[in-house]
Amino acid sequence: MKKLKSSLINMVVVLTLITVVAGAALAYVNYATSAQIEKIKAENLAKGIKQVMGVDLNADFQYTTQEVGDYTFYQSDLGTAIQSTTNGFGGALKVLVGFDNEGTVLGYTILEHAETPGLGAKASDWFQKGQKGDITGKNPATTKFTVSKDGGDIDAITASTITSRAFLLAVQNAYEELNKQKNPDGTSGATQQQ
Amino acid sequence: MNNFKIILNGIVKENPTFVLLLGMCPTLGTTSSAINGMSMGLATMFVLILSNLIISLIKNLIPDMVRIPSYIVVIASLVTILQMVMQAYVPDIYATLGLFIPLIVVNCIILGRAESFAAKNNPLASICDGIGIGIGFTLALTLLGAVREFLGTGAVFGFTLQGENYGMLLFVLAPGAFIALGYLIAIVNKMRAQ
Repeated sequence: MKKLKSSLINMVVVLTLITVVAGAALAYVNYATSAQIEKIKAENLAKGIKQVMGVDLNADFQYTTQEVGDYTFYQSDLGTAIQSTTNGFGGALKVLVGFDNEGTVLGYTILEHAETPGLGAKASDWFQKGQKGDITGKNPATTKFTVSKDGGDIDAITASTITSRAFLLAVQNAYEELNKQKNPDGTSGATQQQ
Repeated sequence: MNNFKIILNGIVKENPTFVLLLGMCPTLGTTSSAINGMSMGLATMFVLILSNLIISLIKNLIPDMVRIPSYIVVIASLVTILQMVMQAYVPDIYATLGLFIPLIVVNCIILGRAESFAAKNNPLASICDGIGIGIGFTLALTLLGAVREFLGTGAVFGFTLQGENYGMLLFVLAPGAFIALGYLIAIVNKMRAQ
């Protein structure tokens, strides 16, 4: 077949045809995959919530969802899991952190991050139970959730102070938001307990 | 030129990273570890093979003056389809790779091969060219990622070869990418000259 000439009609027809075909293909794939994508996202979130609340992953777990500003609360009998976002070293750092009813940290998981692999990306493990920067079992009312360099009580990830600060700020913000929910008159839980 | 030669050509003589110096942005950005480099290479190869095939099939339908927008529409659609399918059916791989997938659209290797090879050759030869260039790109990115990961964290593919405290952080960060790439190109050029 001979190559089409670059006449105006040819160009308009060909470009239109290509974009229409491409658009139709994209629409079809989007239609075919969107249900599955939503399902996986929901599963991941449910798994994350169970993980940060210290519940067995296979167990049935009931919670109610509530959105407050930039935070999302997942309220249950055991306590509250809160999704909190701050700016890390490489972009948004989205953390899901679980608190029991006293405000003690049960666990956390990082939902989204863009930190440097080998450095800031270690945050997924660094603050877990038994690791160097363990935050589980600590209560922001009694423990200072800032890195030791800033006078806090948590060890920062080696050579990733900015990521550590961002992560701890996300946890601290979540805790303060939780207190605001419990005491809508504005007094924070930390001052009441002292 | 037979098809086997076309594949070999992409790996050695026209290696996109070390010889043509194409696609430097994903090369430098994603090779902070060997596995990241390899994943990016494989995803690019997949899109490259398909885009080469489609463009060589429709090359005679596209008038010369609108060929670049037509190619870009084809490539961008393929990348978006790949992204949605991966997100739906291989969420684990998508979680590590997701960030890099949209970058493939602007990877000039793909447009470069469409323009310089697929638009002039038959579909079978174009697929072979896609395989060759894809393997070449994947090998180069894996090698660069492995070098940077080893120098930066003392591990390769996540397996620690020496204590991680001996790593030079510089190599995981952006400047290390330029330094490592520069030395690798020098070594490859030296070997090719002999």
